[in-house]
Amino acid sequence: MMVPQDLRRRPGLATRAMRLVRKKPVGAASGLICILLILVAIFASQIAPHAVDAAKFPRLKPPSSTYPFGTDNLFRDQFSRILIGSRISLGVGFGSVAVGTVLGTALGLLAGYIGGWVDFVVGRLLDVMLGFPPLVAAIFFLSIFKPDGGYNTRSFLLMCISIGIIITPTTARIVRGSVLGVRGLQYIEAAESVGNRPFRIMLRHVLPNVFAPIIIIASIQIGNAILAEAALSFLGLGIQDAAHPSWGGMLQDTRNWWQSAWWTAVIPGLAISVAVLSFNLFGDALRDILDPRLRQSS
Amino acid sequence: MSQYIAKRALASLLVLFIISIIVFLAVRAIPGSVCTIVLQTNDVDKQQCDAINKELGIDKPVVTQYFVYMGNVLTGDFGKSLITKKDVWEEMRVRIPLTIELTLLATSFAVVLAIPIGIISAMRQDGAADYGLRFLTIGWLSIPSFWLGTLLIVFPAKWWHYSPPVGYVDIWEDPFKNIEQLYMPAFALGLALSASLARIMRSSMLEVLRQDYIRTARAKGLRDGLIVIRHAMRNALIPVVTLFGLQVGVLFGGTVVLESIFTLPGLGGLTLSAVRFKDYTQVQGLVLLFATVLVLINLVVDLSYAWIDPRIRYS
Repeated sequence: MMVPQDLRRRPGLATRAMRLVRKKPVGAASGLICILLILVAIFASQIAPHAVDAAKFPRLKPPSSTYPFGTDNLFRDQFSRILIGSRISLGVGFGSVAVGTVLGTALGLLAGYIGGWVDFVVGRLLDVMLGFPPLVAAIFFLSIFKPDGGYNTRSFLLMCISIGIIITPTTARIVRGSVLGVRGLQYIEAAESVGNRPFRIMLRHVLPNVFAPIIIIASIQIGNAILAEAALSFLGLGIQDAAHPSWGGMLQDTRNWWQSAWWTAVIPGLAISVAVLSFNLFGDALRDILDPRLRQSS
Repeated sequence: MSQYIAKRALASLLVLFIISIIVFLAVRAIPGSVCTIVLQTNDVDKQQCDAINKELGIDKPVVTQYFVYMGNVLTGDFGKSLITKKDVWEEMRVRIPLTIELTLLATSFAVVLAIPIGIISAMRQDGAADYGLRFLTIGWLSIPSFWLGTLLIVFPAKWWHYSPPVGYVDIWEDPFKNIEQLYMPAFALGLALSASLARIMRSSMLEVLRQDYIRTARAKGLRDGLIVIRHAMRNALIPVVTLFGLQVGVLFGGTVVLESIFTLPGLGGLTLSAVRFKDYTQVQGLVLLFATVLVLINLVVDLSYAWIDPRIRYS
């Protein structure tokens, strides 16, 4: 039997990229900004013109060519602080999405594939997680495990977990739904009939086929995670370290000077908004491309 | 329907039961001794500690403690604050009206903005208005509510020397002053909600507008406005209601931040100060209260959803 085969040459990477730019200009632009933001976060200490904790500049100067984002109340250069601040904001953002996605995917896979009482237990577990108001859950979690607020792995992990548990239920529900869609298909039955263990089927056959929704929901949640980190830092529950500022923490630090020095109020907030906006737009475009039918669920 | 109600109510009860256990155990798992918190000092002698433990009932086994605590909670006794020694429930009760008012105001802002935006966006799908509104809403989603709230305090004060009156007054005392104090935080709180509601309204409206019965309505010559209001909107609202149920929790979280920014004496502000001062009996009461309200709201949403759409309860 002749197997029909597409003999046309596959378009190269450049062509495909161009096509994407033409079809989704906003998505492509926001993707570019996201990459830029990540690069800034990685190379922040190389780009930053001054040390973040160098308190040797004129106090509360408005933005100018020497101080693009002005200086704060403690004689520090805001531009350098914003650059370094992207590390915690994006770092915790990505970290918590990673935690939430791994947990959510595992729960969703188990519930969707095994079903029965496992589905019931996971379902109630998710209900329990959703029963806590998100920010309240994170605050409660942090107040129990009391990170010392310093710039260390423990604080970072605790932040990621506290925000990750907020993200988990959404991911788990979407993964479960997608797994249910795949589960009844014939190739799963085939895999079962040749004697594969359930665990292997889940990882080798089900997981790769629900990858698209996982990627989409993860990319949509990055923005929310960054917002949550900013809120927690603003409330003074995040990582507080003079040498490692976070955008939310910067807003809290300069709160008493907002009226006299508008840039201390506007710029860190704007940084948060720009980062969240570009990740939101990117996630949105990704959803349109990968799976137009998946509903907005943030 | 009654069977469905019973099933959902039982599930909610189970969830609340598990939540109460988690909250209870989590608070007990906090490292460090309670008496260092109560006495606000690190050098405490054994005798004092024993007295405090006995007074708080934490010298008994954990399981006993749990049932004693829950029994008390069910009769409205949440215990006393570790720090201020005030009654935990009383502290919460006086603050509940403000937080309810703030959430309701925020919700009204959100709904009033979201429904028309969603409808216009869906009716002009892929038009300029649609693109503009979609960009606007996704932009709103990206603004941290605490930042917006603080900008609302800072800039009117700077430019027009306007700031909302300080010193909270009850709505029954002076409704105008009360609303003047609350509209800014409510707006900051409601904006992000309005964005997500508008987006879901748009997509569910798009789905409804493609249904046969809309085409029938159009075919018999009904005007667009009437089709939308009478036929499309009601059905399109179902997913919006569900999403709202899920977002109530986000609103509660937002009140924590906004009440502290606008120095309003509500539950959110109380949560934050309780966490700061490690007042765990208060924290425990607050988290339980928030979770209970949230679970109940979602139960109501679920039931109303099933009531509107019979397909749900039979599936």
